[in-house]
Amino acid sequence: MNTDAPLLRIEGLRLTYHSDGVGVPAVRGVDLVVRRGEIVGVAGESGCGKSTLASTILRLQPASARVEGTVEFEGVDVLTMRWGELRAMRWAGASIVFQGALHSLNPVQRAGAQIVEAISVHEPGIDQAALDVRVAGLLEEVGLSPALATAYPHQLSGGQRQRVMIAMALACRPSLIVADEPTTALDVMVQAQVLEVLTGLVRDRGVGMLIISHDLSVLANLCDRIAVMYAGRIVEVGPGDAIFASPLHPYAAALAGAFPRIGDQASRFAPAGLAGDPPQPEALPPGCTFAPRCPRVVSECHQVDPQLEDHPGHRKAACIRVGGGVR
Amino acid sequence: MTSSIAVEQAGSGSAAAGQSRLRGGYTGFVLGRLLTAVGMLGFVLVTNFFLFRVLPGDPARTFGRGRFTTPEQLEEFNRTYGFGQPIGEQFLTYLGNIASGDLGLSVSTRAPVSELILDRIWPTLLLVGTSTLLATVLGVWLGVNQAWRRGSGFDRSSTMGALTLYSMPEWWLGMVFIATLAAGVGPLPRLFPTGGLHSPGVDPSSFAGVLDTAWHLTLPVITLTLAYLADYALIMRSSLLDEIGEDYLTTARAKGLRDVTVRNRHAVRNALLPTTTLIALNLGFVVAGAITVETVFSIEGLGLLAVEGLRGPDFWLLQGTFLVASAAVIVANLIANLIYGLLDPRVRT
Repeated sequence: MNTDAPLLRIEGLRLTYHSDGVGVPAVRGVDLVVRRGEIVGVAGESGCGKSTLASTILRLQPASARVEGTVEFEGVDVLTMRWGELRAMRWAGASIVFQGALHSLNPVQRAGAQIVEAISVHEPGIDQAALDVRVAGLLEEVGLSPALATAYPHQLSGGQRQRVMIAMALACRPSLIVADEPTTALDVMVQAQVLEVLTGLVRDRGVGMLIISHDLSVLANLCDRIAVMYAGRIVEVGPGDAIFASPLHPYAAALAGAFPRIGDQASRFAPAGLAGDPPQPEALPPGCTFAPRCPRVVSECHQVDPQLEDHPGHRKAACIRVGGGVR
Repeated sequence: MTSSIAVEQAGSGSAAAGQSRLRGGYTGFVLGRLLTAVGMLGFVLVTNFFLFRVLPGDPARTFGRGRFTTPEQLEEFNRTYGFGQPIGEQFLTYLGNIASGDLGLSVSTRAPVSELILDRIWPTLLLVGTSTLLATVLGVWLGVNQAWRRGSGFDRSSTMGALTLYSMPEWWLGMVFIATLAAGVGPLPRLFPTGGLHSPGVDPSSFAGVLDTAWHLTLPVITLTLAYLADYALIMRSSLLDEIGEDYLTTARAKGLRDVTVRNRHAVRNALLPTTTLIALNLGFVVAGAITVETVFSIEGLGLLAVEGLRGPDFWLLQGTFLVASAAVIVANLIANLIYGLLDPRVRT
């Protein structure tokens, strides 16, 4: 293990799903770094490739997917690891809080048993008493009663299930937690509580976190950095508050405008939507993939494929109309 | 974290409720299932009685087979077998007799039906029990391996084989086995007996007798197993395919579990739920299959007894065998339901 290396370094990642001889590119060249104690957000519409990106961190993508590039965890490439190494790295190195914990928990296994399973895989020979103490401690850490360890998933509320999922993700003390839409299925009150639990963990334990959401407003207050994805690529990356407050890329602006800001009456009554749907990954438009929906489109956008370029304030954006580009 | 303290209190409240539900859950579930089974048994008792009363034909005349019978003889017959009584009284007598284990006298042999059935029930139990067990275990194993390696050569060839077996009636399969393995084909010697349960002159209770019975039962058991194995394999295959895309399997993989653990502890465990129900529903057909297989292999079991009753027709014998067969299916269903309750916590609450 290389301690100087960032916790997670994704470079030039491309992932193509293959079905019936047709290649569907879901991720098209993504670079991303997560350091220890850092919360990085990935935002974008459904189908933009953000969950696919998350799945490659533990090499959970389907066998039919072809992956290029590197996904380095603590300096070791996950994509080329041997199976034994990979199994040891999964959950103990990096764990995932999946979205929709109703389906992500085994319906016929008690909550406690599912947490115990994760621990006993990575710490074989641990005795039952120690396991019970660990599970009780984990449940308390996420604000649940230890008595819930004997409950089945269907006996828990949505918020409780998501907390069980978080407790399970913490079970093997990983150094990276990937949260894939951790609050999407929850109501606003529970959402706030779950996010509080998650960010508290990063503060207390100094782990790294990659949090994925379609809701830029949720990420804005939490994340040190946010990457906005569109059609399998990062179109803008920068400090969390800056992206939400003054987005550079028109797509990031649309995403930021899609959710009402708390305390801003005007935005509440006029949420700025975005017409149309993201392009089909198997038939991407030429030039900038966002051009067909872009409110600031010029004719050149349909020819030039924009690359991420540096902008002041540690920001990057892939748009020819930002900064020194065509006005 | 003040928010988590508030949630913890709410959480412990519902946890306590959940625990009490869990404890009382299975007992309540068992009671419910028992009541259902008793109700079904009652329905079978009533149907069984009236079914044989609405059949065309007068039992006394049928048994006389067209020979000359005096009115006195007919009356004597009806008095002996109770056909002269009003139908309501017959029904009460029927219920009372069954409660005391009396299933009436066989018209053709004059032996008590309950004795005939007790004599014949063991070969059937042995045949159906062994075949069901083998078909379930092999079928589930086959279905699991087919689904987990979907589209592989193993999956494609064994699914094709299963479909072929599935389309063969068990009596036909049995006759093919008799014509080949029992009669001997070409250079192939006669490997198995063509029928029966024991060789003459062998004491069935001796060790050699047990082996002899097993040798006699080999072909019938293989026939019945093959006929239902395919069914169970196809059921298990499709149940497991339904589970393969589920998110909890991704979670299990992400935890660092081995593929075989993900399969057995998570996927198969959940796929067994629909399979249990379908196997239970299938038990009635297995009993029906046993009747034809016993006939093909001349095994003196319950199935052949029912066929003998039909030839008479021997009303009491038929009524008795129908009752026992229905009760067996109901009991087997009850057991399957109770197993389902153990497997799936969701039905208990």
